[in-house]
Amino acid sequence: MIRIEGVSHTYGEDEDQVIALSDVSLTIGGTEFIAIVGPSGCGKSTLLRLIAGLVPPSDGRIVLGDKVITKPTPDVGLVFQSPTLLPWANVLDNVLFPLRMLDELDQRGIDRARELLVLAGLGGFEARMPDELSGGMQQRVAICRGLVRNPAVLLMDEPFAALDALTREEMGRQLLDLWTVHPKAIVFVTHSVPEAVMLADRVVVMSARPGRIAEIIDVRLPRPRTIDMEADFEYQSCTRRIREHIFRSHALKGQPQSQAKVA
Amino acid sequence: MTGFGVPVYLLPSPTAIVSAVWTDLWTVAGHTQATLLTVFAGFVLSIVTALPLAALLTLSPVARASIYPLLVLSQSIPKVALAPILVLALGTNVMPKIIITFLVAFFPLVIAAAAGLAATPRELIELGRSLQATRMKELMRIRLPFAIPFIFSGLKMAITFSVIGAVVGEFVAADRGLGYLMTSALAFFNTPLGYGAITILSLLAIVLFQTVVVLERILFPWSTRMRT
Repeated sequence: MIRIEGVSHTYGEDEDQVIALSDVSLTIGGTEFIAIVGPSGCGKSTLLRLIAGLVPPSDGRIVLGDKVITKPTPDVGLVFQSPTLLPWANVLDNVLFPLRMLDELDQRGIDRARELLVLAGLGGFEARMPDELSGGMQQRVAICRGLVRNPAVLLMDEPFAALDALTREEMGRQLLDLWTVHPKAIVFVTHSVPEAVMLADRVVVMSARPGRIAEIIDVRLPRPRTIDMEADFEYQSCTRRIREHIFRSHALKGQPQSQAKVA
Repeated sequence: MTGFGVPVYLLPSPTAIVSAVWTDLWTVAGHTQATLLTVFAGFVLSIVTALPLAALLTLSPVARASIYPLLVLSQSIPKVALAPILVLALGTNVMPKIIITFLVAFFPLVIAAAAGLAATPRELIELGRSLQATRMKELMRIRLPFAIPFIFSGLKMAITFSVIGAVVGEFVAADRGLGYLMTSALAFFNTPLGYGAITILSLLAIVLFQTVVVLERILFPWSTRMRT
């Protein structure tokens, strides 16, 4: 479980200060899938970095399990928009990278890495090099790398944003499959409202300048999720409410809607 | 012996060049060996200086701000002009030649390696930090391997520059080496041998360059693929 308690984050000094996040509170269940959507500059990525301990909060605190996060912690898995695999290491070694860095590589870790790769549809690709894989496959390797230490929470920063629409849908389904086998908290930042609704238990809608939580929407779609659910009333009403929120907050600030980077 | 009426002391024919080298083969081989030694010594000295320096420039903003201007300054001094001074200080042995070679070769290597060490994606550095990597571990396990393609670009420049540096050193003060062979041969109007020395120098540069290329391909095949 993650408890985010009244967290604020400001950049810069004095008059150049930018408030990236203002008084954000959120409790995330141990096996909950949270999606975060919002316009550019609403502090989505900052929130992920705060949970990972990569940046300290200016105010408030974040509790992971029973530990207050004060510095970078290896108990979270990180997946970024680009796969950022090591070009000199093969697929298996890329997945094992976190274990190597922490000097905790053992046979169990190797077995787990192989199992994750099979689950991600990459069985038999262990010895391939990253540049031999497609973008979607590279990102699946990155997800396996994020999961190899079985972290309490997986933080994903627009992980499918660089992929084409079809690959993206496929990746979403595979992520849910992985999550079913290895349940854990997932915080998934995205620009895509349909993606957020299709994947998440709850969608956190954020507004920009300063970044704060505008609304939290429960997605009451049953699991396993299927493509057919896009026709459901619940799916439609969730996406509509999220869009209304994002566009209303933009309209209020007098910004043209086209500036909101929301699919 | 003239071809098209061009006197041999101006432009010798290829056969004249080959026969001049052939006649003095052992002498030429000795001079080639001397030049090769200077090139290697200067090149190795460049590597062992440039890589730690690049790491320092990358890791410490203070070092970057204070050393970078000095580096640029060191390159603004013409090395050819520096050579006689070095000879004066160090004598006409192999040292001034090695130092000139080093001065010519290390700069592109520092710049390339520093650029490579700074080119690591930010996300990967963050991943390293979340995995409790110290600055040293981050450097050795993430930044340095990422810099390999850049470093090899620098090495290719450095090895070519090393040949130039060695010859410059041999021009100014030396009793051995292909640069010396060339100047002394030309001074005695033995133009074919002078041309022979130049030809061997070019071949030397090409072979050394290709050796670096092949080494990269054998040791870091992924690096070659990354560049294309």
